Amino acid sequence: MSPQLAKPSPESSSAGLHFNDTELTLGLPGATKSGTKRGFSDTVDLNLRGPCNTDHASNPSENDVSGDSKPPPAKTQIVGWPPVKASRKNVAKISKYVKVAVDGAPYLRKVDLEMYGSYQQLLGSLEDMFSCFPIRNYLNERKLMDPVKGSDYMPTYEDRDGDWMLVGDVPWKMFVESCKRLRLMKSTEAIGLAPRASQKCTSTSGSKSL
Amino acid sequence: MSEDRNEMPEPEVDTRRREIAGVLTGEFQSPSPDQVLENVLENVLLFLTSRRDRNAVSLVCKSWYRAEALTRSDLFIGNCYAVSPRRAIERFRRVRSVVLKGKPRFADFNLMPPNWGAYFTPWVTAMATSYPWLEKVYLKRMFVTDRDLELLAQSFPAFKELVLVCCDGFGTSGLAGIASKCRQLRVLDLIEDEVADDEVDWISCFPESGTCLESLIFDCIECPINFEALERLVARSPSLRKLRLNRYVSIGQLYRLMIRAPQLTHLGSGSFSSSDIVAQGDQEPDYISAFAACRSLVCLSGFREIIPDYLPAIYPVCANLTSLNFSYANINTEQLKSVICHCHKLQIFWVLDSVCDEGLQAVAATCKELRELRVFPIDAREDSEGPVSEVGLQAISEGCRKLQSILYFCQRMTNAAVIAMSKNCSDLVVFRLCIMGRHRPDHITGEPMDEGFGAIVMNCKKLTRLAISGLLTDKAFSYIGKYGKLVRTLSVAFAGDSDMGLKYVLEGCPKLQKLEIRDSPFGDAALRSGLHHYYNMRFLWMSSCRLSRQGCEEIARAMPGLVVEVIRNENEEDKDGFEILYMYRSLERPRIDAPEFVTIL
Repeated sequence: MSPQLAKPSPESSSAGLHFNDTELTLGLPGATKSGTKRGFSDTVDLNLRGPCNTDHASNPSENDVSGDSKPPPAKTQIVGWPPVKASRKNVAKISKYVKVAVDGAPYLRKVDLEMYGSYQQLLGSLEDMFSCFPIRNYLNERKLMDPVKGSDYMPTYEDRDGDWMLVGDVPWKMFVESCKRLRLMKSTEAIGLAPRASQKCTSTSGSKSL
Repeated sequence: MSEDRNEMPEPEVDTRRREIAGVLTGEFQSPSPDQVLENVLENVLLFLTSRRDRNAVSLVCKSWYRAEALTRSDLFIGNCYAVSPRRAIERFRRVRSVVLKGKPRFADFNLMPPNWGAYFTPWVTAMATSYPWLEKVYLKRMFVTDRDLELLAQSFPAFKELVLVCCDGFGTSGLAGIASKCRQLRVLDLIEDEVADDEVDWISCFPESGTCLESLIFDCIECPINFEALERLVARSPSLRKLRLNRYVSIGQLYRLMIRAPQLTHLGSGSFSSSDIVAQGDQEPDYISAFAACRSLVCLSGFREIIPDYLPAIYPVCANLTSLNFSYANINTEQLKSVICHCHKLQIFWVLDSVCDEGLQAVAATCKELRELRVFPIDAREDSEGPVSEVGLQAISEGCRKLQSILYFCQRMTNAAVIAMSKNCSDLVVFRLCIMGRHRPDHITGEPMDEGFGAIVMNCKKLTRLAISGLLTDKAFSYIGKYGKLVRTLSVAFAGDSDMGLKYVLEGCPKLQKLEIRDSPFGDAALRSGLHHYYNMRFLWMSSCRLSRQGCEEIARAMPGLVVEVIRNENEEDKDGFEILYMYRSLERPRIDAPEFVTIL
């Protein structure tokens, strides 16, 4: 008997369910009739339709009423849902621009903190931006932690309460939330702000979950 | 309007000439009573502006039909395929302003394949020769090309207002044509359009001598503009009242414009952020004074890339604001609170949910005059955090009793809060709730959202527009059918159990005009139940439902005055399968400009 992925025919809806029960099908153990078809379309249908979307031309017997089926795996995005226009999705993409000042530099710059997933990425980008000013990356444990070393700069930031904090103490996401502006402070001025080699401050990815 | 009399079509002109000739030669013949009546009627009808009233007038008798047709100056066509340009022009000969709407709303969310239709070209071509005195064109969801704009600019010497909403197909070169050739232009409003960057400096194309510009809105344009030219344009446009800038205008540039135009009533503030490089030594301009000088400012928007540090600059105008659009501003609760506490007169407020429930509570506490609220999601996905919930909705319902229109995106909601809103805000005309997770029940009781929406249709007696979401059974639809007697627009997604749902609505809502449904289990039987009503509707959209081709063909056969389009997904190989049913009444034969993936039954 050849195994088959059975496509339920319209006639089977009322009369033949018991007949169809005995049919050999290729499917996972316990999969129902409609389950096989739905399973197929779930994996193959890359148009990411909802659970209610069926082959319209036939299968009135299909029973996947959207109300009682489980919602699809959380991460699949459905076309056109939620109904937010593309222009809003793009522009409302989270961006958090903060000013960056470097002691001794005549110009400020601006960075979008949401572009980065970690402290490493941010500091790397700042180094590029202010390439003539070496920035102390004390988060990198391999570097020597010598707080008073020539022209190095300490990354600091002003938080929501108006206090000046050392970059790197709090989790990345929390930092993005509370940072109002950045200042790369000359190390010589930063005596007393001894960096803690905190194990917590791994470059936790602050990026949006997908 | 005496100048109209000179261009009157045939019979009336001859009669007038005879009358005048009679007066001159002494053989005066008093006009017939019919003529007097018609003249009087025309003069009276000039005052009638509502198109519904005019439609009623035109049904009285032939002479009234004629008089009305001659005196209608504002043409409104809600579906560009419901009538042909030729037919419209033949009936209405003296039109000064045209409103045309094209694609259905779900096209905004990529549910419709591109190149479906709604072309402006046949309309502008026909109007170019027939409506020489055209002054205003308002288009929504139409496909407009640069050539169309060029033709428009050339053909109408009295042209004053161009408003394009959610349109695409054109670019900055088309705008250049409008700017340079429409010498009487007062209004150029581009709202949520997709404008191609042809790298043409259209701002420089406005006439060098003063302009009569009153409104210039281009916040949707996603390419830089020539700022120096804009500054000069603003300086030579003394009538300018509305100016909405795009995100390529920095706050420093905004300042320069504001000090030149303190008479502005509507301002779109551009990026509201400094350009990348700001000299550290430089003083930032006094933004607060610039805003304080704009004493007439009532409507504020923009903030496209806001640096919240700059927010205090707007404090001086808050007390006068009636409309504030923060829907592109990524601000948090505290930042919102600092602004909203001053906005006592606010009537229209659009915001991102980044302000959280607490932000909405602050709105509720201050904005007692609020008529319209829209809360957009900063993270528009089904499984995102969801900073607003039933708490915010409840607060708004308690604080803003005069609310008429609400659009609310959230991740969780309760029936109780929706019921509260139905009772507290009895003036609601528009209620659109989008619970972003599909099939989500009341998150506290686990029940479907039927009772909440039921309460809305029951208690809000003026409701005309409704959008539903969350876990919904046929019960919700039975409520809508039973109580939603004034509902004209209904939007349904991932809702209902069976054909009964749609039946309730089609049989129960006599005023229903626009029905858009996606991913709901309604089939052919349900579709059939609306046959008595489809000619009264502007359109029906059903996508990813349980329809079959035969079912749609049945409708097409039964109703020859309907155009029944079945639209395939472009990737679909199965030629009989389809994604979308889109049908609408039409006086014409089915359109010939449909693309290959559209089948008209």
